This record gives sequence, C-alpha cells and structure tokens, in this order.
Amino acid sequence: MAMTMHLDVVSAEESLFSGAVQELLAPGVMGDLGIMPRHSQLISTLKAGELRYKTNDGEASLFIAGGILEVQPSVVTVLADTAIRAEDLDESLAEAAKKRAEDALDGKDPDDMDYETIQAELDAAKAQIEMIHRIGKTLR
Amino acid sequence: MAGLKEIRSQIGSIQNTKKITKAMEMVAASKMRRARERMDASRPYAEKMHQVVSHMANGHLEYQHDFIKDREKVKRVGYIIISSDRGLCGGLNTNLFKKALQSIVEWKEQDVEVDIAVFGSKALSAFKRYGVVAESTHMGDSPSVQDMFGTIKVMLDAYEEGRIDRLFLVENQFVNSMTQTPRVTQLIPVVAGELDEMKSHWDYLYEPESKEVIDTLMKRYIESIIYQGVVENIACEMSARMIAMKSATDNAGDMIDKLKLVYNKARQASITQEISEIVSGAAAVE
Repeated sequence: MAMTMHLDVVSAEESLFSGAVQELLAPGVMGDLGIMPRHSQLISTLKAGELRYKTNDGEASLFIAGGILEVQPSVVTVLADTAIRAEDLDESLAEAAKKRAEDALDGKDPDDMDYETIQAELDAAKAQIEMIHRIGKTLR
Repeated sequence: MAGLKEIRSQIGSIQNTKKITKAMEMVAASKMRRARERMDASRPYAEKMHQVVSHMANGHLEYQHDFIKDREKVKRVGYIIISSDRGLCGGLNTNLFKKALQSIVEWKEQDVEVDIAVFGSKALSAFKRYGVVAESTHMGDSPSVQDMFGTIKVMLDAYEEGRIDRLFLVENQFVNSMTQTPRVTQLIPVVAGELDEMKSHWDYLYEPESKEVIDTLMKRYIESIIYQGVVENIACEMSARMIAMKSATDNAGDMIDKLKLVYNKARQASITQEISEIVSGAAAVE
C-alpha cells in the first residue's frame, strides 16, 4: 500500500473533500504543484483550476476558483475560494457597498440600477464557474 | 358589557394572529436548523485559517503583515456590525446595538472618530447617524461570501491606507437555541494569543513571495471570520424569532382563553335575561 497523507479541501461555505490521498496536483499561481507525502511545509496561493488527487481508490478531481494551499508533512489543506477573485471585481464591489451606504444615508432606494448590474455580472461569473467545473469533470 | 358579536370578532382576530405566529415559529425552527448546518459547514475553513494565521503571528517569519502589527496611536476606529434584515426576533438586535453603542461611545469619549460598516438593514437604520461608510443588506438566508466582499474591502482598505487604526466586529454569538449573546471582538490587529503552544521555529516555504501569500491569506482570514459571523447571526436570528413567536403564540392562547370566559359569561347573562323576560311575561299574562 502506498504512503498517504491527509487532504482537506474546505471553502468558507462548505467542506469539499476530506480523506487520505497518495498525491495531489494543485494549480499554483507559479505553475502546477505536485505534492507527495512528507513534503516540507509550504504555503502557496492557487489560481482557478483543477485540483487533482489520487486516493487509494483511484483519481479524482475538483474545480477550485483559486485559494491557498497549506502543506505540512502529513496534512495538506486547500483553503478554496468560493468565487473567482480579481482585484478590479473586488474594487467594483467595494464601490457598490460604499455607494449603497451613501444612498441609504441620502434616503434613496438601495436597490437602484448600479447594484442590479453588478449583481448580474456576478451571476454571469457564477455561471462561468459552474461551466468550467463541468468541463473539468468530463476531462479527467 | 361588550356585545357578544364584538367579543366573538375579537376572538376571531386573535385566533388569526395566533395562526400566523405559530406558522412563523415553525418556519423559523426549520430555517434555524439549516442555518446551523451552514454554520457548522463553514467552521473547518475558519478554524484552519485561524491555525495558519496564528502560526504566522507567533512564528519568526521573514515578513510581518500590517494586520499583525499593533498601531500605537489610535485616531479613528472601524466597526463592522452584523444584524438581521428583518425584525420580529425579540431583543436580538436591540441587545446587539446596545453593546455596539457602548463600545462606540467609549471611543468617542477619547476623541476617536468611528467609521461603521453594516450587514443587515436593521443595523443600517440604527447606525445611520453615526457614519456608515459601507453596507450589505438583504443577503437572504444563505448568503454567499461574494455578497460581502464589497463591504469588507472598504474596511480593509481603510485600514491599509491608515484611515482607521483598529477594526472591531460586533456580532451575535450563538450559544444555543435559547441563548444568543452579543459580543465585540477586535479583528485587526489580529489577536493571536491562544495558540502559544504552537510557538515554533520553522517557517513555511512560500510560493510565490511570502508577502503576496500572506497578504492574500490575511484578507481571506478576515473574510472568513466575517462570513462566519454573518452565518452565525442568521442562526441567532432564526432561533430568537422562534422563541419570540413561541411566546407570542402562548400569549395569544391566553388571551383567547380569557376572552372566551368573558364571552361565555356574557352569553349566559343574556340567556338568563331572556328567560327571566319570558317568565315574567308569562306571569303577567296569567
């Protein structure tokens, strides 16, 4: 039996995977990372992509929208993001949050157009993620 | 004495109210169960984040993040207040706002300005006049982290740019379904005292630069705490509403019982009167 390490894949909203794996292939921002048991301690940021791992039963994969990988010799944790993060998108969300507060202080209706458009953009992005997810599953 | 018809209609309307509060109680109970599941589901992430961040705060690392360093001079502080969107949940929001206000007033007495970001429309209307800079409301029963980025980022940016020197979180803590306690915690600078046993001398390998990784990690850490707070608040809201509605239902039941007694007395009185009229009428005829 091959040597295994414990892998946890968790996102802020739910736990995605937890179990023993023989090896892990993660989409690091600098390029893909292959992690085997007894790897030295490492922290890396991950970009959106496929997380592949080999369990005793065979290979499996998950789509993650980026996140952070923490490696300890016998435990590996993937802190997955729930959405694709980009500086400019975050920026626009921050602007929207500020604007809503200003509008609310002025007594305006918070559900104005600007918010709606951003919401629509977000929904589109979500749909995109789901699509990538599906493709990822069929490819493996 | 009130007319029989009036009492009857009053009983009817209270009965309707009772039905509504009963329904709300049951809805809140089932939503609470789901909210608690969500709360539990988000816990592993937050715990793991906490572990990694505590390690970094305690370890001898090459790069110290802004969020770990304590600033000596405090000129302006930020508050993030998490409340519910809807009322009818007992004293949940009121207690929270009292706690928040106490803490805010303490700062104001020291001539420290306060910036506030809110989650939930109740907090928005309560803190309007204290200077709300960002808000996220109407996130529903299953909020996504995405809905919160904007508001969180406003506060984190304010900290990084030096506009605020401390950031606090005001939230309800879910003790059990009967008890929720409001609390104020310091988010930034990160307080990482609890994991002293982890004081270790090794450091991680970073990929790419330690700075970039730690920057992302710190942001996610704060976000995860706030997400956890919002999810926890929903569980609190639902259980508080369940209790409030349960006591409303009980009260409605008591009122109906009392009114029924009055109603029966009035009915009996009117029957007695009728009989006595008939009897006296008959007596007069004889």
